[in-house]
Amino acid sequence: MEQLKLFTYIAVFGSFAMYFAIAWMARAKSTSDFYVAGGGITPMQNGMAIGADWMSAASFISMAGLIAFLGYGGSVFLMGWTGGYVLLAMLLAPYMRKHGKFTVPEFIADRYYSKTARMVAVACLIIASLTYIIGQMKGVGVAFSRFLEVEYDNGLYIGMGVVWVYAVLGGMKGITYTQIAQYCVLIFAYTIPAVFISLQLTGNPIPQLGLGSTLADGSGMYLLDKLDLVVTDLGFKEYTTDNMGGTLNMFAYTLSLMIGTAGLPHVIMRFFTVPSVKAARSSAGYALVFIALLYTVAPAVGAMARLNLMNTIEPVAGQNLEYEARPQWFKDWEKTGLLKYEDKNGDGKIQYTASKETNEMVKVDRDIMVLANPAIANLPNWVIALVAAGGIAAALSTAAGLLLAISSSVSHDLMKGVLTPDISEKSELLAGRIVMTISILVAGYLGLNPPGFAAGTVALAFGLAASSIFPALMMGIFSKRMNSQAAIWGMCSGIGVTMLYVFQHKGIMFIQGTDFLGSLDPNWFFGISPNAFGAVGAIVNFAVAFAILQFTDDAPKEIQDMVDNFRSPVGEVASAHDH
Amino acid sequence: MENKTSYWQENLRLIFICLIVWFVVSFGFGILLVEQLNEFRLGGYKLGFWFAQQGSIYTFLGLIFWYTKKMNDLDKKYNVEEE
Repeated sequence: MEQLKLFTYIAVFGSFAMYFAIAWMARAKSTSDFYVAGGGITPMQNGMAIGADWMSAASFISMAGLIAFLGYGGSVFLMGWTGGYVLLAMLLAPYMRKHGKFTVPEFIADRYYSKTARMVAVACLIIASLTYIIGQMKGVGVAFSRFLEVEYDNGLYIGMGVVWVYAVLGGMKGITYTQIAQYCVLIFAYTIPAVFISLQLTGNPIPQLGLGSTLADGSGMYLLDKLDLVVTDLGFKEYTTDNMGGTLNMFAYTLSLMIGTAGLPHVIMRFFTVPSVKAARSSAGYALVFIALLYTVAPAVGAMARLNLMNTIEPVAGQNLEYEARPQWFKDWEKTGLLKYEDKNGDGKIQYTASKETNEMVKVDRDIMVLANPAIANLPNWVIALVAAGGIAAALSTAAGLLLAISSSVSHDLMKGVLTPDISEKSELLAGRIVMTISILVAGYLGLNPPGFAAGTVALAFGLAASSIFPALMMGIFSKRMNSQAAIWGMCSGIGVTMLYVFQHKGIMFIQGTDFLGSLDPNWFFGISPNAFGAVGAIVNFAVAFAILQFTDDAPKEIQDMVDNFRSPVGEVASAHDH
Repeated sequence: MENKTSYWQENLRLIFICLIVWFVVSFGFGILLVEQLNEFRLGGYKLGFWFAQQGSIYTFLGLIFWYTKKMNDLDKKYNVEEE
């Protein structure tokens, strides 16, 4: 245990030292550096940075755990969080890059010639980003408290301090280069244990192939068939066919995550950092390469973790593990309260079944699967230390990207754009840094005092982005006639419908007891869960906008010319990066 | 102006093709037709399950790079290449 702690300290603080050094070398000197890294990032670098920006504590820690317990149903996260990049690459990124502004609300303001539209976009952006950061801050706190046995609160303070140093100092430029380093740390930390475990179970070192291979125990049985057999024997649903809430729900859920991904401002703004339209297209491709490296390994990690867990508890069918003989990792996670055992039938053995009456594993938190996985598989200590550093890297890199999205929308859109247009570049830069500091403090406060709705908010962030930002951007590019009234009403009704649906099932502002329909499947609209409702909100947005367009005037001539202009990679740019 | 219009038309056609493929591999093979495809196998994977957890992602990758290449060709053809 002592050796593990030492390794973990080295991995975590060694990686921090690297981030600081990089941030110092790449510190921002101008607003252009601060917001878009001077527009000089190569597609490959940008792809890696997007990968780290995008893959948060949720992707690194939670996703494989979700898949482990949802089986086939977990596919919605895999397809939803990658398919969005196809939409980004074809429908948004190249045109928004051509237009050449700093922020997403700024693009909306230009296209819809309206300060109201800009304010609506700023509001969506801040709500979506802030709710996201809370999750990252919690991730940092959990990783510290589990691996270094530091208090959760202190872990969170350390995380806040580290992000503050390199995000405030470096702006987009510092963040980009740090994210590249963080990507390397996190992908290494994710795949190494997966390779080891795949080798142990199937003899194939490539997890993507291992998942489709036969087991190495000499039985000649395919891994997935064995897993199906083991879980159905205990009364769980079959792993490879268990569809979460039915076909329509999976369909809507996947679509919501895809368009939500394409509408998240902190991802879109990364495309403003590359030097050309061509580079914007290809960096979406590179981003997906780097993301796919983790996302195609995740289903293997999930399935293998589930199988290992089952095998630990019931090594041979009918012969359950004695509670007294439980392994060390079991004891460690029991201490955190995330794993709980209750000897219901008093035989001193562990029964893990699908039935509420006989199941003795009363709590198996999904989030522990990735973190506990190396220990379950008896991997060496340095691998476990690496996973700790990887989890923290994933959380920090996403938090930094979100902070930048918030600070730029306040200092650039709200102050420079609307309230104090005469602000000098130097003051704007200072304002950006101050806003970022305040955002870190707010996020830290919310991480320490998580509001009751913390768990539900990530769904809301995706719902907001899917139902408001994505349709507004897409219509702005693909419909020349689209005017500002139609777009604003579309955004408001899209968000309105989504929020109403989420609130009526989960409580107003997620306060318990204020839900008026109850979070029960029978009340769901066609069985679509609140998390999956962003897709419906987006359809409402499109429908309302086009309906209103029929009764109002088309967008003015100069706006239509502007649309023509950003549809083509060359040609005069309204006002380029130096404005 | 005419050039600009047909450049945009060709771009829309490419996007349309890509989005059909995008839809078919994920929503089609991965969700709507998953049960039928699960009758077939790819090693230890049921085919529908493979599309949902692996195949769709590989296809997305191929799509973006194909689109990027096609658009670069189109930029050349219409002489709207960036320097």
